[in-house]
Amino acid sequence: MLDDLIDDSVTTEMRADLQEHLRDCEHCEVTLSTTRKTIQIYRSNEIYDMPVGLRERLHAAIMARCKKGC
Amino acid sequence: MATIQSIAGENEQHPDVALVERVRGGDVSAYDTLVRKYDRQVFRIAQHITQNREDAEDVMQDAFLKAYEKLDQFQGNSKFYTWLVRIAVNESLMRLRKRRTGRMVSIDEDVETEEGSVPRDLADWAPDPEQNYTQSELAEILRKTIQGLPPGFRVVFALRDVEGLSTEETAETLGLSVPAVKSRLLRARLQLRERLSRYFRKKAGSTGMAPTGMETEK
Repeated sequence: MLDDLIDDSVTTEMRADLQEHLRDCEHCEVTLSTTRKTIQIYRSNEIYDMPVGLRERLHAAIMARCKKGC
Repeated sequence: MATIQSIAGENEQHPDVALVERVRGGDVSAYDTLVRKYDRQVFRIAQHITQNREDAEDVMQDAFLKAYEKLDQFQGNSKFYTWLVRIAVNESLMRLRKRRTGRMVSIDEDVETEEGSVPRDLADWAPDPEQNYTQSELAEILRKTIQGLPPGFRVVFALRDVEGLSTEETAETLGLSVPAVKSRLLRARLQLRERLSRYFRKKAGSTGMAPTGMETEK
């Protein structure tokens, strides 16, 4: 149920019921808000950045092999 | 009119399909465009799975070269991107296996853990908790945290929540059922949430705004 709410895949009726429950249940409300935040933080922060120099080097290597027919 | 528009919409060709057709016709520069379009994503996915920079570099090269060699096998009934990601995931798992000196690694490994199925740490987080850390501290926390998940959870979270594939695309890419993807995704999310709580929870007696700096992993 929690993931359906996060992924916005619940019916309007179910959403209303869940929101009603969340108003009175701190346990679920905190779990939902912090899980949403977890996803948002991972989505908006680049943790495995590829520096420009590395990108160009790998790109050149790939295209050189492709041009030779691999 | 609406019907005509909807038929036209359904028949609309994805730009990647046109690029693939050009490559098949011998235009290598079209492949250059595809590589530049998806190289960052492939590199990120490889890093998520292998947790090793050198391996991710090798995976990126091998995945694009393999995709180029096998382009004739690309059917066009799935997106080029999900087809490419499938190759990259398989290459990443092979690299992970090599690192572990031949021990089998699959996306089913260690997924039977009960951790995260029931939230334990229910402390609320400070508002905008990531702002209590510098960009590099935050990246280190996020890397260290996701590294602790089993590969089968990491890859589902990376494809679905970081790269934005749909549940169905993630299932197709990994050869898993939709319910299996949903189950792993929920547990991955809850495990990450629980592990991040040690850094992001509201401090007792604080307004949640005071900088805390890096904490030591227990």
